[in-house]
Amino acid sequence: MTDDTLLSARGLNLRFGNIPALIDVDADLWPGEVLAIVGESGSGKTTLLQVLSGRVAPQSGVVWYRDPEGRLLDVHAMPAPALRALHRSDWGFVHQNPRDNLRMGVTAGGNVGERLMAQGSRHYGRIRAEAIDWLKQVEIDGARVDDLPRVFSGGMLQRLQIARTLVTHPRLVFMDEPTGGLDVSVQARLLDLIRSLVRRLNIAAVLVTHDLAVARLLANRIMVMQRGVVVEAGLTDQVLDDPQHAYTQLLVSSVLSA
Amino acid sequence: MAYVAVKGGERAIDNAHAWLAEDRRGNPSIPPIDTAQIREQLGRSVDRVMAEGSLYDEELAALAIRQAQGDLIEAAFLVRAYRTTLPRFTASAPVDTAGMGIRRRISAVFKDMPGGQILGPTYDYTHRLIDFAEAAGFAPPPAPEMDSDGIAIGRINDILDSEGLIEADGRADGMAHGKAESEPGDLTRTPLAFPAARDIRLQSLARGDEGFLLAMAYSTQRGWGGSHPFVGEIRVGEASVDITPPELGFPIDIGDITLTECQMVNQFAGSKTQPPQFTRGYGLVFGHAERKAMSMALVDRALRAEELGETATAPAQNQEFVLYHCDNIEATGFVEHLKLPHYVDFQSELETIRRMRADAQKEYAA
Amino acid sequence: MTGYNFAYLDEQTKRMIRRAILKAVAIPGHQIPFGSREMPLPYGWGTGGIQLTAAVLGPDDGLKVIDQGADDTTNAVSIRRFFARTAGVTTTTHTADATIIQTRHRIPELKLTDKQIIVYQVPQPEPLSKLESSRAETRRMHGLAEYGLMHVRLYEDITRFGHVSISYDYPVMVGGRYLMSPSPIPAFDNPKMHMMPALQLFGAGREQRIYAIPPYTTVESLDFDDHPFRTTRAPHACGLCGAADSYLDEVVTDDRGGRLYVCSDTDHCETRRTAGHTGTESPPVDAPAEQAA
Repeated sequence: MTDDTLLSARGLNLRFGNIPALIDVDADLWPGEVLAIVGESGSGKTTLLQVLSGRVAPQSGVVWYRDPEGRLLDVHAMPAPALRALHRSDWGFVHQNPRDNLRMGVTAGGNVGERLMAQGSRHYGRIRAEAIDWLKQVEIDGARVDDLPRVFSGGMLQRLQIARTLVTHPRLVFMDEPTGGLDVSVQARLLDLIRSLVRRLNIAAVLVTHDLAVARLLANRIMVMQRGVVVEAGLTDQVLDDPQHAYTQLLVSSVLSA
Repeated sequence: MAYVAVKGGERAIDNAHAWLAEDRRGNPSIPPIDTAQIREQLGRSVDRVMAEGSLYDEELAALAIRQAQGDLIEAAFLVRAYRTTLPRFTASAPVDTAGMGIRRRISAVFKDMPGGQILGPTYDYTHRLIDFAEAAGFAPPPAPEMDSDGIAIGRINDILDSEGLIEADGRADGMAHGKAESEPGDLTRTPLAFPAARDIRLQSLARGDEGFLLAMAYSTQRGWGGSHPFVGEIRVGEASVDITPPELGFPIDIGDITLTECQMVNQFAGSKTQPPQFTRGYGLVFGHAERKAMSMALVDRALRAEELGETATAPAQNQEFVLYHCDNIEATGFVEHLKLPHYVDFQSELETIRRMRADAQKEYAA
Repeated sequence: MTGYNFAYLDEQTKRMIRRAILKAVAIPGHQIPFGSREMPLPYGWGTGGIQLTAAVLGPDDGLKVIDQGADDTTNAVSIRRFFARTAGVTTTTHTADATIIQTRHRIPELKLTDKQIIVYQVPQPEPLSKLESSRAETRRMHGLAEYGLMHVRLYEDITRFGHVSISYDYPVMVGGRYLMSPSPIPAFDNPKMHMMPALQLFGAGREQRIYAIPPYTTVESLDFDDHPFRTTRAPHACGLCGAADSYLDEVVTDDRGGRLYVCSDTDHCETRRTAGHTGTESPPVDAPAEQAA
């Protein structure tokens, strides 16, 4: 990996019983860059996200992360406390279903403030002010800071999850189908928001999606996976406009014909 | 007005105990119950107290039942508190239920099998009509003698096992010459930790509250974590308990205990590489206690969900939920402790709520 | 008492409990699992505290047992009698004379010394239990010192009520490392735990946990910089001894809203009255009727 690579994976292999989920997968991510992993369900893209983020260990291979001080960390060799600390500060994870991440019985402000408090913030007024600021950044009215997520719409819940994740200014965010399960019009607005946030805050992201349109809109680079193998990788426009691999061609044409 | 602080806890307790003793004895013109009567005529109560009290001693259980005025949880509590003071000499060899003297043995999976179906003394097919004749002191005629009384009858699961149709019996396979390879855990000595191994789970269930286990088992039948059970076998009878004193070096029989064993045969598990097999749920209880043994077997199987690769979503499949809440001595103590004074905490709640109400009213007025 | 060992428990069990205590003292605020025994008193009524007391009690100790601050509440009487019967030790109601104080829900008003041990009865040792029901998960949270969730709870309280609404069993950080339940003492008593010269032992029998605060250890009640921890007490003076700084019980004196406030710590109140302090409801001194009788 080069000196400024943020995340780098080499030779990842993982199989579940007889089913290969990852076969010799390499991946690199540079600061501020969005990398999309695309493929059909069962292609191994979500497994790759789990392995890159340290949640699932590979059977072989290594994942390196460069921390803000420039040190290289072996993600799967780190002690659990350090990995969990990374997950609640320098990293973020956006789930497809915001209910998996949000605390539905806690106010919007409490949800956004939790990571700040976990990092040691102990000033109620400042935590609340920051929560309101972040609600505004994700286009939620600051006056709703004391509302429970229960009364939020699906799109708002997803935006709240993003605010909760970004409040600690992570350098790297993992996103698992962030626009899945939302109406098309809501999706468009959310994609717009994510794009402007990652650009403005210079966040690097690994994005898993089955939707090539989402990848085209958000990602600088793209990896196409099929049955655990990366069949094609490159700049997003290049791969989608001029697919080389038969499987990528099939994916692109099925989107176009749909 | 002069106020004297409330006093008299000492005297109040003495008075309460005296009244309790009187209440317990009831009308003194009625003869007191002999513990032998309890042991002989209220056998199912005695069995339950032995099981939940975790101590096999019919005489002691009968005494506890009388002392507790027939409150079986209170009686089990008395037995437990006595049990904990007893020295622990040794662990017995695993009890061989295949060799037990059968009093009752039924299977719901085969119509007939070696040894046959033996109904034995069961309420199953009685009509639940109150017997007014018994109130008048009617003595039953002697029951017909069973031919095979006391003959060892093999287990149904061993028949399934010989064909490989049911999973191996866990730890029991690892036991040779009546000695366990590793001694089972004991939650009366070592605190419960999670995930709890099956030996600990079974011990906890065997001591657990019959009503709680019944409700948990019932919930699995109603869709909260189902496992499609069949009663492979229920057997009730007398099994001998063997110990090997270190001075002797060979096992000796120290007596018989009555046991109820239930083997549930459940939905099979398997994969492409592993041929499908029926799975087991196991129940073993002191005395004649079929309801408890069956419930235990259903809950045991439900608690194995994760180990068998099933998604555990129902309460009966949740180890922490079941094991932390099945002990009625723990449960009754904590529920009933609410009777203890809580006025210090209530006072602080009073002050807090008054302050909050005052703040709210101030805000409303402003 | 014949048939039972000194202080009921056998010596093996006491040794096991002492090992757990040593471990607990070595890791302040950390919950140590122990093989809690079945006691002849019900779970939830002080079995953890009784086992701790039995394990540290010696024949020369002076034992004081309080419940709600009072020596004369029925459960305190019951436990005191238990030890008088099984250990034959001297019992006392005077805080100053006691070497071991077993308590439920209060810390005595008198400052404890390094010659004393205070044993708390704990119903629920896990401070995170209301936020996370799985003990496997709370153990992990303690292991990694992930306590953000507890602050979220406080944040929510302030958002809803304007201040933290926890009035008893108010969570504390011990030695800057472990989040701990102080047992259901009123938050009023929390500051007494901080740098206390006496050894503080906590026993939860049903939940099979022991934990401890060694002498002179920091104990901080959780709060926010702009919403500092504060204690509440009824804003009155004791009707019997006039104390204006003690924790008070509220006594309903009639059905027309009459209230009387008296010290919850009965020994504290009596000591003050013996020293001549009086309150608004004190019986008149040297009443003529009594002299005549």
